[in-house]
Amino acid sequence: MTEIDWDLVLGSLGPLVSGAIRGTIPLALASFAAGMMLAVAVALMRLYGNRAVRAAAGLYVSVVRGTPLLVQLFVVFYGLPSLGLTIDPWPSAIIAFSLNVGGYAAEVVRAAILSVPKGQWEASYMIGMSRRTSLRRVILPQASRVAVPPLSNTFISLVKDTSLASLILVTELFREAQQIAAFSQDFMALYVEAAIVYWVICLALSSGQSSLERRLDRYVAH
Amino acid sequence: MSHTDPIPASSLLTVEGVSKRFGETEVLRSVDLSVARGEVLAVIGASGSGKTTLLRCLNGLEVPDTGRVTIGDTTVNFSARPAPRELRALRDRSAMVFQHYHLFPHRTVLENIAEGPVVVQRRPRDKVHEEALALLDRVGMVDRAGAYPHELSGGQQQRVGILRALALRPDLLLFDEPTSALDPELVGDVLTLMRDLAAEGWTMVVVTHELQFAREVAQQVAFVDQGRVLEHGVPSQVLRAPREERTRQFVHRLLHPL
Repeated sequence: MTEIDWDLVLGSLGPLVSGAIRGTIPLALASFAAGMMLAVAVALMRLYGNRAVRAAAGLYVSVVRGTPLLVQLFVVFYGLPSLGLTIDPWPSAIIAFSLNVGGYAAEVVRAAILSVPKGQWEASYMIGMSRRTSLRRVILPQASRVAVPPLSNTFISLVKDTSLASLILVTELFREAQQIAAFSQDFMALYVEAAIVYWVICLALSSGQSSLERRLDRYVAH
Repeated sequence: MSHTDPIPASSLLTVEGVSKRFGETEVLRSVDLSVARGEVLAVIGASGSGKTTLLRCLNGLEVPDTGRVTIGDTTVNFSARPAPRELRALRDRSAMVFQHYHLFPHRTVLENIAEGPVVVQRRPRDKVHEEALALLDRVGMVDRAGAYPHELSGGQQQRVGILRALALRPDLLLFDEPTSALDPELVGDVLTLMRDLAAEGWTMVVVTHELQFAREVAQQVAFVDQGRVLEHGVPSQVLRAPREERTRQFVHRLLHPL
């Protein structure tokens, strides 16, 4: 058992946090935002599209959920160039992660929409709303309350999964850790340190989730 | 005699030959009705008789298989499947009060009342809020304007449901068993409000089990049985001296449950 090299640990904290701020966090945020837009669209397609649209949306969800994220990432970054389509590491990562989030979150959004009582649709139609306005003004706001806990889990998973982007050369938290570890040969210290930084980010997200749930709870009976 | 009566010239609501089936079950069998402007029609009948489906056909929440529904100068012929736009045109003429209120839980009392006028009818928000507060004032609930539905009693929620309907300024008010979900001691406030509305001249179709309300407030009572309007006339006749044996049995059971 070797001594912990505290100088190395403290000295590498800066690059790791910087990797989180410049890599992990923006990558997760951008992918989640794009993924959520995709998810809502796919959920609506699965719920209200015609047969062909529903089938296409279902196929997408099935492929995303049935294949490993790492494989999806490699198809975009290393696979597409052989078709003449070369995409830089960052956009590749955002494309792969948002497609992935879109597939998982679509199912969450779909279930949340279905959980809103039928009477809410009827009341919306009664006051003269179209289906689109009903969704926007009545159904989705209520569905969002139901969807927050599972979507928070999706987001937290995504934050951790962005470490895979290190394998397509995106400079983020884990790639910083790998580079310092390779240089210093102190793998244990650096990887544990990286784990701790991920953990702290996720703790902050969990507490953000709780306060968001409390805010959305204000109109729900207890 | 009921549904072969000629349709009065002044009728606001006209229902002609409306039929509806759910799979194998015929829920409505060629129903004809008409309600004059300012008149209250009480629709009574056992559960499963089709009376709620009939009411829901009047604003397209249920789409009949055949027949015509006319409110004012808007007619929808259901023989061909109507476009969503046609259903909305019909819906714009009426407003419905639901048995289970169906208030929007994520909006305050004031927002519930103002949602349709502001978002759908695009009337100015300030004006609409002013009107909504005046409506709340008349039912003694102006202090609850900022409350969420779950903070209200059932009776209060249903009164907000009625105000939400009024705020739409419809030609016709539709009530689907508006007091059936309420605790008995809360029924009075809601019926009192409905009685006042009738006295003000609102045209109303009320599906109800409250025979006393039907007797005192309605000009017409329709008894629905197995998807048909079996008997139809003034309350004193239908409720006190029914011609049909099934109407007699139904009224008797409601008045003497034991």
